Amino acid sequence: MTDRCAFKLPRDRFDDLLQAIRQRNYLLLAPVERDGSVMWGEIEGSRELAWGKADSQAPGSYRLEAGHPERCFEVTHGPQSLKSLTFSPRQKLVHVRCGDDGLTFDSEAAESKPTAVIGVRACDLAALKMQERIFIEGEYADPYFKARREKLLLVAVNCTRAQPTCFCASMGTGPAAESGFDLVLTELEEGFLVAAGSRTGEEIIASLNLDAAGEPEQEEARQAVEACAASQTRSINTEQLPQAMYAAHDHPHWDDIASRCLSCANCTMVCPTCFCHAVEEVPTLSRDESERIRVWDSCFTPEHGYIHGKNMRPATRERYRMWLTHKLAAWIDQFGSSGCVGCGRCITWCPVGIDLTAEVAALLEKDA
Amino acid sequence: MNPYAIHAARIAEKIQEAPGIYTFRLLFEDEAVASAFAFAGGQFNMLYVAGVGEIPISIVSDPDRARELDHTIRVVGRVSEVMGNLQEGDTLGIRGPFGHGWPLDEARGRDVLVVTGGLGCAPVAGAIEYIFRRREQYGSVKIMHGVKKPRDLLFRERFDAWRQHPDTEVLLASDVAGRTWHYHIGVVTELFDEVEMEPERSIVMMCGPEVMMRLAAEHMGRRGVPRERMYLSMERNMQCGIGLCGHCQIGPYFACKDGPVMRYDRIAPFLGRDV
Ligand SMILES: Cc1cc2nc3c(=O)[nH]c(=O)nc-3n(C[C@H](O)[C@H](O)[C@H](O)COP(=O)(O)OP(=O)(O)OC[C@H]3O[C@@H](n4cnc5c(N)ncnc54)[C@H](O)[C@@H]3O)c2cc1C
Ligand code: SF4
Ligand code: SF4
Ligand code: FES
Repeated sequence: MTDRCAFKLPRDRFDDLLQAIRQRNYLLLAPVERDGSVMWGEIEGSRELAWGKADSQAPGSYRLEAGHPERCFEVTHGPQSLKSLTFSPRQKLVHVRCGDDGLTFDSEAAESKPTAVIGVRACDLAALKMQERIFIEGEYADPYFKARREKLLLVAVNCTRAQPTCFCASMGTGPAAESGFDLVLTELEEGFLVAAGSRTGEEIIASLNLDAAGEPEQEEARQAVEACAASQTRSINTEQLPQAMYAAHDHPHWDDIASRCLSCANCTMVCPTCFCHAVEEVPTLSRDESERIRVWDSCFTPEHGYIHGKNMRPATRERYRMWLTHKLAAWIDQFGSSGCVGCGRCITWCPVGIDLTAEVAALLEKDA
Repeated sequence: MNPYAIHAARIAEKIQEAPGIYTFRLLFEDEAVASAFAFAGGQFNMLYVAGVGEIPISIVSDPDRARELDHTIRVVGRVSEVMGNLQEGDTLGIRGPFGHGWPLDEARGRDVLVVTGGLGCAPVAGAIEYIFRRREQYGSVKIMHGVKKPRDLLFRERFDAWRQHPDTEVLLASDVAGRTWHYHIGVVTELFDEVEMEPERSIVMMCGPEVMMRLAAEHMGRRGVPRERMYLSMERNMQCGIGLCGHCQIGPYFACKDGPVMRYDRIAPFLGRDV
């Protein structure tokens, strides 16, 4: 993380950075306090950030508490990742007109506004890269995802504080943001360290006339990020994947999980890599027009595995097995690396506190 | 190109094959779309009915005549029911072609064993017709079809017509007996014992309930047919057809883009499982 040319950004100049981005016609999105957690919200300046707040996450629990009064990035991550910004939860795919002379279709992807996202975490950058692989680098490229992605400017923040639910270090995705951003910040005792990850990022930094960071600041940043990695207590042993997960198909432990899991789909909704979707047909009342709308779906829904006369995954046991086996095994075969980036959201937002790291450990135990 | 773009097509002809089963001959409205459209046997289209939805349906016509697209549809539920009510002259939407079809090239020069089961097997019927139109390019053809009860046998005339081709056998089996049933009584795999085959020069194409295909593949394997020369047509929920919606997964595969026709040696570990 430190090879980049880093600059010092004093706290009282943080707004200059934000304004420099706004001047380039970007809308600013940042984690702001809403409904007891942090969500992406539009901001005009740094004042609206979550200063003095810190989140506290645990299996099945999320709380906002008082944090360092002069820091705004102690809120590590809310339920949203970057997913909703590129793979929209409701995306119109096709507009259909039904006239006397038959059907006409319009599937043009709408222009989206240039948007800068402030405070993106390493795990979410890794997840975005994975979603890019799925949606735009495969055999079929999704024009709606692509249109949104092209309009994003990403300002990452290196994590200096991990949640007990975080395990990015074991998945090799964080806590330092290594690539895939335009700018990266590290929050220090006095202000920030800032570095560029793209040409646009370099131009923005150049416009601010910042001082180059010295060794003490760089060392402070390095140590803070290393300490964050070291503080993580959860992990997944990825060595035996994917084979061990496939092999665990008939493990009795799936029944144990099924006795706790509600099949609520929360874990797949907050997961930054889950890409399943269904397509809904939404006709107008007069039926002379109709829209095909893509909506997020989940392997926990009864419809997901339905074919006429049969449900591939009739009960919770099979659905949870699908989720975990896809995430940690099939995903590797499909897209070259694990579908889990270690953000821990599925642990935090599971209403009954199911912890996939513990379930994996139980499933991979040899003598079961 | 936007893989979600739908193209309007007109129903040029509608043929009732059996109660609730129709073959639609479709022609694209747009000349540019029509002339650019090419497909391989066993590929499918997503057929769209305005205001209702979109479902995967195999193309059963000959790939060498890609302007007329035949789809045989069985009415089973929401979308197929409305589709079944469409008439000649009506328009519907097409997105496709998608997926990988039958190994019709690999099968050239080989004996072809077709194993099907259940209520009609439109996807494989297209492949059979393809082979018969080029009869001299293929070895012997043996078609084995199993149903639960005699009245589940659809396309009886089609089976009878196939029987007339040279070097061709058609064997039918029903789990239970019936008054007009003068074929085998029992499961489809029992027919294997009735046919002579040269396993090393055979290729197998299967379509039907997954359990039937699994048992048939195991049986053929014991007879000495190599696992990599058996092909199964897989069915899963499909929302997109292009490997993005996640519904059609079978282990590491997406039935829509890696299939729907899949090689047995690849798919075997995941048959009879739910992930
Ligand atoms: C690759 C492929 C090729 C097919 N080819 C043919 C064919 O040539 N002729 C034919 O009659 N049928 C074919 N089917 C099956 C056909 O797609 C289903 O019968 C149809 O989707 C049922 O939709 P429905 O709305 O009428 O039924 P419902 O039972 O109301 O189903 C509701 C929804 O579930 C999904 N669904 C249900 N059953 C299936 C299924 N078997 N496969 C995929 N999705 C399903 C669809 O999204 C459907 O709209 C094929 C399926 C696949 C996967
Ligand atoms: S199948 Fe389940 S685990 Fe896999 S992407 Fe879809 S929702 Fe996520
Ligand atoms: S694991 Fe938890 S979040 Fe996921 S479906 Fe089950 S109860 Fe819901
Ligand atoms: S049908 Fe959507 S991924 Fe295969």
